[in-house]
Amino acid sequence: MTENGLTIKRLTADVLIIGGGTAGCYAAITIGRRSGRSVLIAEKADIRRSGCLAAGVNALNAYLSDGHTPEDYLEYARKDAESIIRDDLVLSLAERVNTVTEDLERLGLVILKDQEGNYVTRGWRNVKINGENIKPLLAQEVSRQEHVTVLNHINITDLKQSGDGRVCGAYGFSVREKIAYEIRASAVLIASGGASGLYRPNNPGFSRHKMWYPPFNTGGGYAMGIRAGAEMTTLENRFVALRCKDTIAPTGTIAQGVHAPQINASGEVYEKKYGLTTPQRIYGTVEECRKGRGPCYLATAGISRKAEDELFKAYLNMAPMQTLKWLESGKGPSEENVEIDGTEPYVTGGHTASGFWVDTGRRTTLKGLYAAGDAAGGAPQKYVTGALAEGQIAAETILQDLQTEETEGRKDTNSCAKNETSPFRQYREYLDGGSFPVSCTQAEEAMQKIMDEYAGGIRTDYRYHRAGLLLADQRIRSLENLCKRLRASDTFELLHIYELRERLTVCRALIAHLLARRETRWHIFGENTDYANPDSRFDCYVNSVYRNGEFQMLCRPLVHDKGYSHTQEKILQPEVKE
Amino acid sequence: MSIHINQKKCVGCGRCADACPGSLIWLNSSGKAEIRIPEDCWGCTSCMKECPTAAISLFLGADIGGQGSELSIRREGTVSRWIMHRFDGTEKVISVDSRNANSY
Repeated sequence: MTENGLTIKRLTADVLIIGGGTAGCYAAITIGRRSGRSVLIAEKADIRRSGCLAAGVNALNAYLSDGHTPEDYLEYARKDAESIIRDDLVLSLAERVNTVTEDLERLGLVILKDQEGNYVTRGWRNVKINGENIKPLLAQEVSRQEHVTVLNHINITDLKQSGDGRVCGAYGFSVREKIAYEIRASAVLIASGGASGLYRPNNPGFSRHKMWYPPFNTGGGYAMGIRAGAEMTTLENRFVALRCKDTIAPTGTIAQGVHAPQINASGEVYEKKYGLTTPQRIYGTVEECRKGRGPCYLATAGISRKAEDELFKAYLNMAPMQTLKWLESGKGPSEENVEIDGTEPYVTGGHTASGFWVDTGRRTTLKGLYAAGDAAGGAPQKYVTGALAEGQIAAETILQDLQTEETEGRKDTNSCAKNETSPFRQYREYLDGGSFPVSCTQAEEAMQKIMDEYAGGIRTDYRYHRAGLLLADQRIRSLENLCKRLRASDTFELLHIYELRERLTVCRALIAHLLARRETRWHIFGENTDYANPDSRFDCYVNSVYRNGEFQMLCRPLVHDKGYSHTQEKILQPEVKE
Repeated sequence: MSIHINQKKCVGCGRCADACPGSLIWLNSSGKAEIRIPEDCWGCTSCMKECPTAAISLFLGADIGGQGSELSIRREGTVSRWIMHRFDGTEKVISVDSRNANSY
């Protein structure tokens, strides 16, 4: 059916998976292997090379070796997150990281082994691999599942809800043709990425996008969940990564591979002064620079040529521009220390506890909607294997729920047809051929400037305070209005308008969360200058629900049980004097 | 960083356009691959790995120290030959066999 130049396609499946990255692919594989349920994966790029693993990955950072247990992993994650984690979620994924690793090996992933055939580990929770082709391997396994269909180059913008709020599908459009999609499904899994590009990037010019966290991860899954009324958690636990300066390539491979410590410009090893958790490593680097002792480096000078050659190869398998930078400058890491820097802040549930508030089965607070991977909150330090494990857990829950509903004879698809507000009218408005003097890029830069200056970006060494955050909120709201007036000449431009809209929604939610946690629990990730110290009254999760254009904030007590369901809950309201 | 597509080498197969995680590449009116917004490239090299004629190369923007060297890739079975054409005319090749895991 074509209406005003926009062709409408209507599809139906048992399960719709939004995002064909690590978690989404593995959820589809799990459903495909264990049932005859029909699955649609909607992916805005191509699942062979999309999401965080597009370029590859050079280690699996969550694998339990040497007799270590899921409880050990929980304690490591708890320490890194200063206690703001969900025990049930971290344990349930840690219990599975080894079996999903073994499955990856069966799918063709090369994992380094010793002569006895055991995996060679890096520390106690890390195995060495050749992960350049990890995404094509996952995509190949998806294609082997008879009832799984992949819709590449389809961008989902909004969830479809029935009158009672149940999620029963989603809407989207092709990024290549003027085709809009209405997809109905009995269960919807959000497995999309976290949010990058909210803040002004390290290199705001030509190299604004760089390897490591995908610039195409816009927090779209969070945004559509927020707008649908799902409860979100811990967005204020932002993630900032310690990276190689300029290329923003990962540093762990150097730090752990050749045991290079962090040093300041005088050659002094500073990392022990500040602590070794992820935020402390960046905090130390920022502080040394603030005190005039920068630039800071990983001390690699003096490593062997053989070690250098191995680093060249390791980076080609995950962040090729770092190898290019070394070769182009004529000085490799054996001759010159590697300068380091913090990135702009991201919101991503794979590294910190930000995302949808889910139960142990990864059900969100909206019926019919599930979340896994970067989208799901409460379980930081997921990395690749944790995302796979969550995809698997969510898939199992979905199969179980579909079975239960069928047994109980409930069918919600009829109510889904009614009471719907389709976003197609909005697509048409954006595509109406009109012109507007402000471009989407300009509006995006305006958002990044606001967040950088008033919401704790690189410019303020990640520090923020109430007055600035309130100003940021006001200006982001104004950009939300501007966004409605933007115009697109094709669906590729429409994609950018929707990506901006998603980021603006996430910015507003993030600001609300930053305002609500009136303490500094994590350096860098949440550096609140009004409340510079940790406060035990905030030994709780800060959650939010978006209603009628405003965020309602709530605090939930920490979960230490092995299971959590949405029915057993108490809400705390910490009293903090202004 | 971004990519440079050699229009003479491009055969217009469109595989790079399918692979790009940002949907940034399209076939232009001459049927050749073109990157629509070069500064939106993040340097993942997915397109380079798909290209059957090694027509695509990676370069560093001047804002992050780039001086005009280009990195391309040729896939031969399980071996990826990464070829750097340095701005001074010299060439360096690093071969990575996908059957071998990283040492680090």
